[in-house]
Amino acid sequence: MTSPARPVARVRSVAAWRPAFIRSAPLRIAVVGICLLWSIPTLGLLVTSVRNPAEINTTGWWEALLNPFRENQWTLSNYQSVIASEGMLSAFINSLVVTIPSTVIPITIAAFAAYAFAWINFPFRGLLFAIVVGLLVIPLQMAFIPVLRLFGQFGLNGTFLGIWLAHTAFGLPLAIFLLYNFISQLPRDLFESAAIDGASHFQVFIRLVLPLSIPALGAFAIFQFLWVWNDLLVALVFLGTGADQRVMPSALNVLIGNRGGQWHLLTAGAFVTMLLPLAVFLILQRAFVRGILAGSVKS
Amino acid sequence: MATTSRDTVEISPLRRFAPPLAAVLGLVIVAIGVGILADRNAASNLMASIYDALGNTQGAVALRNGAGDQLAAKLVLGVLALFVGVGGIWMLFVGVSAIVGLLSPRWQGRILPWVFIVPAMALLTVFLIYPTVGTIVTSLTVQTNGDPLAHYKALFSPQYLGLIQNNLTWLIVGTGGSVLIGLLIAGLVDRVKREALAKTFIFLPLAISFVGASVIWRFMYEWQPGGQPQIGLLNAVVTSVGAGPIRWVQDQPLNTYALILIFIWLQTGFAMVVLSAAIKGVSIEVIEAARLDGASERQIFTRVIVPIIKGSIITVATTIAIVVLKIFDIIYVMTGGRDGTNVIANRMFQEFYEFFNDGRAAALGTVLFIAVLPVMFVNVRNLRKQGIGS
Repeated sequence: MTSPARPVARVRSVAAWRPAFIRSAPLRIAVVGICLLWSIPTLGLLVTSVRNPAEINTTGWWEALLNPFRENQWTLSNYQSVIASEGMLSAFINSLVVTIPSTVIPITIAAFAAYAFAWINFPFRGLLFAIVVGLLVIPLQMAFIPVLRLFGQFGLNGTFLGIWLAHTAFGLPLAIFLLYNFISQLPRDLFESAAIDGASHFQVFIRLVLPLSIPALGAFAIFQFLWVWNDLLVALVFLGTGADQRVMPSALNVLIGNRGGQWHLLTAGAFVTMLLPLAVFLILQRAFVRGILAGSVKS
Repeated sequence: MATTSRDTVEISPLRRFAPPLAAVLGLVIVAIGVGILADRNAASNLMASIYDALGNTQGAVALRNGAGDQLAAKLVLGVLALFVGVGGIWMLFVGVSAIVGLLSPRWQGRILPWVFIVPAMALLTVFLIYPTVGTIVTSLTVQTNGDPLAHYKALFSPQYLGLIQNNLTWLIVGTGGSVLIGLLIAGLVDRVKREALAKTFIFLPLAISFVGASVIWRFMYEWQPGGQPQIGLLNAVVTSVGAGPIRWVQDQPLNTYALILIFIWLQTGFAMVVLSAAIKGVSIEVIEAARLDGASERQIFTRVIVPIIKGSIITVATTIAIVVLKIFDIIYVMTGGRDGTNVIANRMFQEFYEFFNDGRAAALGTVLFIAVLPVMFVNVRNLRKQGIGS
């Protein structure tokens, strides 16, 4: 666990490799081929979701691409049906309501803890941080049964509060770990001069640490957002499967169960669930990569 | 209030009482907020109260009867949660640390760190540490018929050994596949222009949920009886070369590998990103030296670069292995564990929700826990070696 790794900064020029090899066709073809191969499944989904239902079950989606101008080929009605009648809109709102607090709250709590672990001396600091690191890999399966019982006692099963608390706690080890990695690498002088000026830890945290840690905070935010948005298991366990409680993955799962063969609904529904994470991901890709590297590159 | 010297500055009453007030207010906000939120119908009740206050009795009644503007109500609830969760926590932190600031420096130093640490540690204790102990205890005491190890002994029956075998297949093929393909792609894209663009294609599935990916691949694997038009790409390819269509998701043992392929498709991007960064960290001098010695590009990759980035490869493999071990969504959505595809995490879910055997479910969870223990030890040991706050 070294610094928040920044190997990206050391981009070696392509020219370091044998120049003749760069331009060699086989390599390029291989790379283009792999990219195509990786995109085909998603492309099939996207194309099918805007095809006429009657066409979907009689011809392969690739034939639509080959004959794009055939009549009655394309339609947006699949999206209309899936949003209007399959509860996808309600699931979208539920997902937003679950995801945003579950992303912001753990960051707030973790930032304070990470700062204390990095820059304040207190008894049992090493032990407590070791516990946090140990909890990084704990399977969530270990948490469900006792937490469900606990929630049962407090009437939290099936409430948003319950799932916010669960997601917050489950996200904390990684959040503390990532933010600690970053905050502990801030220059020591910064803290010493602040201490000389008589600033309290709290002031240092708000005026110095938070603004400087924005890259790490952002990286974790994207991480947690994608994880919570895409989560099925925690939602099934703590929120349940009631029609008004479903988040997007559980709604999509129900759709698979009820409309297994109706590809026009399934593909449109799947794409609706993917829309927001894909957008977030494409826009904030660099911050996401930074998060991955900081979270996994430990020596 | 004469402020002649710094030592005798009198703190104005406002400044003195503001911090405790903030703390109390923070507590009150959190308490009221939690009170409102801890309810299955929190959204409609909250919105109904707002409607009542605004004089929209009809809307309020509709909401309380489970109709009306439910979606708007949920959004309002989400905003309240943000206000309580973030605002409340901040006010607590601000207030409590200001109160602590009134104490002597000695006591400040003792108490302040705990103000920062306790919320996080409390949540971790309630949601991870206590449950871990609780799950182990449950596995040894619930529905055991007097033999504490009954659930673990039962795991040696063929039914459960099959699960463990499937998990091992997942572990080896899923982890190995993602890491090897990720490494290969990282090595290839490192040498082309538009590297970032190429990476985006491989990387994109990481943003897709397991459930979404399952729909994508269900469609790829779609099967129609021979002679009918195949709308699944894979069977279209298979039948176009004259073979009969394959039931990818039903035929054993092919189906487990078909499910693992979904996972590899999703996770390769992760391996690629980390390994690509590691490859860029290899110094140019080393590569140039190997090249001068007459090594081919392939040899440079396998004999020079791969050994140097071995640490990163192990880290990536470990990270993916931990995800694979807990794999649940893909099996739950694709097969429900039928046709010999079941794994530990899905079976645990079934034991708990279908067979109501909490003890057995807890034992299966504990098996996963035991499987990650070595990784946990290594992580903590590395941390110890490095020391904290140094």
